[in-house]
Amino acid sequence: MMNMFIPPEYEVVRNADLCIGCRVCERQCANEVHKYDKDLGKMIADSTKCVNCHRCVCMCPTHALKIVKSDDTYKLNYNWPVRAMNEVYRQAATGGVLLSSMGNPTENPIYFNKILVNASQVTNPPIDPLREPMETTVYLGKKDVEIKRDAQGRLKDTLPPQLRLTTPIMFSAMSYGSISYNAHESLARAAEELGIFYNTGEGGLHTDFYKYGKNTIVQVASGRFGVHEQYLKTAAAIEIKMGQGAKPGIGGHLPGMKISDDVSKTRMIPKGVDAISPAPHHDIYSIEDLRQLIYSLKEATAYTKPVIVKVAAVHNVAAIASGIARSGADIIAIDGFRGGTGAAPTRIRDNVGIPVELALAQVDERLRQEGIRDSVSIVVGGSIHSSSDVVKAIALGADACYIATAAVMALGCHLCRSCHAGKCNWGIATQRPDLVKRLNPDMGKERLVNLVHAWTHEIQEMMGGMGINSIEALRGNRLMLRGVGLNETELRILGIKHAGE
Amino acid sequence: MKRIYVNEEWCLGCHLCEYECMFANSGLDEMFKLKGRTNEFIPRIKVEGEDGNDIHFAVNCRHCTNAICVKSCIAGALSKDGEGVVRIDRDKCVGCFTCVLVCPFGAIMPAPDGKAAQKCALCTDNIMGEPNCVKHCPNNAIVFEER
Repeated sequence: MMNMFIPPEYEVVRNADLCIGCRVCERQCANEVHKYDKDLGKMIADSTKCVNCHRCVCMCPTHALKIVKSDDTYKLNYNWPVRAMNEVYRQAATGGVLLSSMGNPTENPIYFNKILVNASQVTNPPIDPLREPMETTVYLGKKDVEIKRDAQGRLKDTLPPQLRLTTPIMFSAMSYGSISYNAHESLARAAEELGIFYNTGEGGLHTDFYKYGKNTIVQVASGRFGVHEQYLKTAAAIEIKMGQGAKPGIGGHLPGMKISDDVSKTRMIPKGVDAISPAPHHDIYSIEDLRQLIYSLKEATAYTKPVIVKVAAVHNVAAIASGIARSGADIIAIDGFRGGTGAAPTRIRDNVGIPVELALAQVDERLRQEGIRDSVSIVVGGSIHSSSDVVKAIALGADACYIATAAVMALGCHLCRSCHAGKCNWGIATQRPDLVKRLNPDMGKERLVNLVHAWTHEIQEMMGGMGINSIEALRGNRLMLRGVGLNETELRILGIKHAGE
Repeated sequence: MKRIYVNEEWCLGCHLCEYECMFANSGLDEMFKLKGRTNEFIPRIKVEGEDGNDIHFAVNCRHCTNAICVKSCIAGALSKDGEGVVRIDRDKCVGCFTCVLVCPFGAIMPAPDGKAAQKCALCTDNIMGEPNCVKHCPNNAIVFEER
C-alpha cells in the first residue's frame, strides 16, 4: 500500500544571509529538525518533523529563522479543508483515535470578544487606581451562614473556611507528569509570591513542594493519583475534578514514557506504566455520592479547608451546578470548552462542551434564582486570554478566574499543541531531564508574577474606569456589559443588553 | 567584586554564549556579519560538555584573587586592575603563552592571530559595557554577580 505522505503544514525558512551556522537551533530542537550538513557546509531543516514550537526562532541569535504556513495545497475545497483531509489520511494509516493537545483551536465564537465593558462619563466619576485604593482581594468559599451569637450577644465566627486571593486569578490544574517539575516549581513559587493559588492537577504533589502548601490547591480526580492524608492536609483547598473543559465526559491518559521515577513516586503508580484516569469517579453516580466524597474530604481535613468541585461546561451545567451547590461544595469551578489539556482525543476536544461565558452566565443566574448563589463561589476557566476576559467573567458572575494556558505561555509555551508527544522544547510538557532543565524556575516564577501583576493593574484600570473601587462591586454587575453582534438568544443567555441599549 | 558565574544546573549547552562572546569582541556592528568568519574569532568563554552529555557549563576567566597567570607572565602583560579584573595588554604580550599553560581553568587562550594571548575582561574592553554572554544566556545559567 502506498504511503500517503502528508505534507508539513508549516515550513522552516532560513535566511542564508543571516545564518552564521552557530547550530543553536540544532541543539535546541528535540524534534531534530535542524542539522548541519557537512557536504553542503550549511544548516538544513526537515520541515516534516517541525511542530512549530518556535524554540529555534526565539533562540536564533541573528533572527535568521522563521516558520511559515506552507503554501503546498490540495485542490481548494470549502467542504473538505486540508485539516479534515489530513485527519482522514492519518487515521487510514494508523487506525487510531486522533490525539491533540492544548485548547480547542476551531472557529467557534469567542463570546468574550463580543462583550464590551462600560466606563463612567460625567455623571459618575471614574477612579484613578494610581491615586486611590482599588480592592482586588477576593475570598472564595461558602458565605451563606446563619448568624449566631453567644450568651453575651457577641457574634460567633461561623464562617466556613475561605481562600483569600490578592487578585481574582489562580493557576488552574496541571498535573506533575503532564508538566515538568520546573514548571510546577515556577507555578508554586509564583502563587506564593502573588498571594494566590496554584493547583496540583490530578498527579499528586511532589514532596519538594509541600512547603508551598499554603498556596496549593490539591486535586482529587477519578484516578485518585497521589491522594493520601498528608497530601490533603498540606493543601489550602481540595478540588474534586469531575470534568475538564478540553475533554468533558472522558478521563485522562498519561503515557508511560512520562512516568519517570519521581512522577511514579508522586502518583503512587508503577514507573513507565500508562496512568489512566477513568471517565467517571467510580464512586460518584449522583449528587448524593458527590456529597459523600465532599464530606469525606472535609472530615479528613477537620473541616478546615474549602472543597472545590470542578466540572466541564456542558449543556445542563446550570442544573448540575445547582446540585453541586447543594452537595456541600464551597466553590464550583467551571471549565469551558476551550480549556487546555496535555492530551485529549481531537474529536472530543473540538466538539464537546460549551463556551464558558454562556455556562457561567447561566450558572450564576440559576443559583441566584434558587437563592443559593452565596452558598458557593464560582471560578471559571477555559481560555481566559487577558485581564479584560477576567473583568468580563467577574461581571458575568464569577468570583475568580483560573488561568493555565496563559500561565504556560508565560513559561514559554507557543501553543504548538504537541504536548502529547512529550518532547516539549520549552521544558514544560515533558519529563526528559535535558528538556526539563530548559525551564529555569527562577525565570519562570518571575514571568508568571509579571503576568499576574500586569493583569491586576489592568483589572484595576478597567474597574476604575467604571467607577468601581472593589472587585466585589463588579461581581455579577452585568449592567457593565454590552454585547456586540450577538443575537437575541445569546444576549438572553448571557443576561446582557446589546451595545447601544 | 562582581564576577561571571555559571550554574551548571541551568546550562543547556546551547553554545549561544560562545557566539555572543565572539560577536562582542569582534568589533562588528551586526552579529550576522560573523557569517563565514566565525573561524577568525575565538570565544573567551567555552562550554564544557559534549553535545548529548547531561551536564554542560560555560567556563571563562575567574579573575582569581591570587591570579597565577599574572604571577607567571614574563612580560608584565597580565595585571589586575583596581577593580580586581585580570587584564591583558596585547602590546606587552610576547606570545610565550605561559599563562595559557598555567591557567587552571583553561580560560586564557592564544588570540586568533597567534601572536598574543586573549582572555575575558567582562566585556569592559569592548563596546558592550556588560558581559554579553550573561545578557544573552537564555536560561539565566550565566550570571554576573557579587558572591
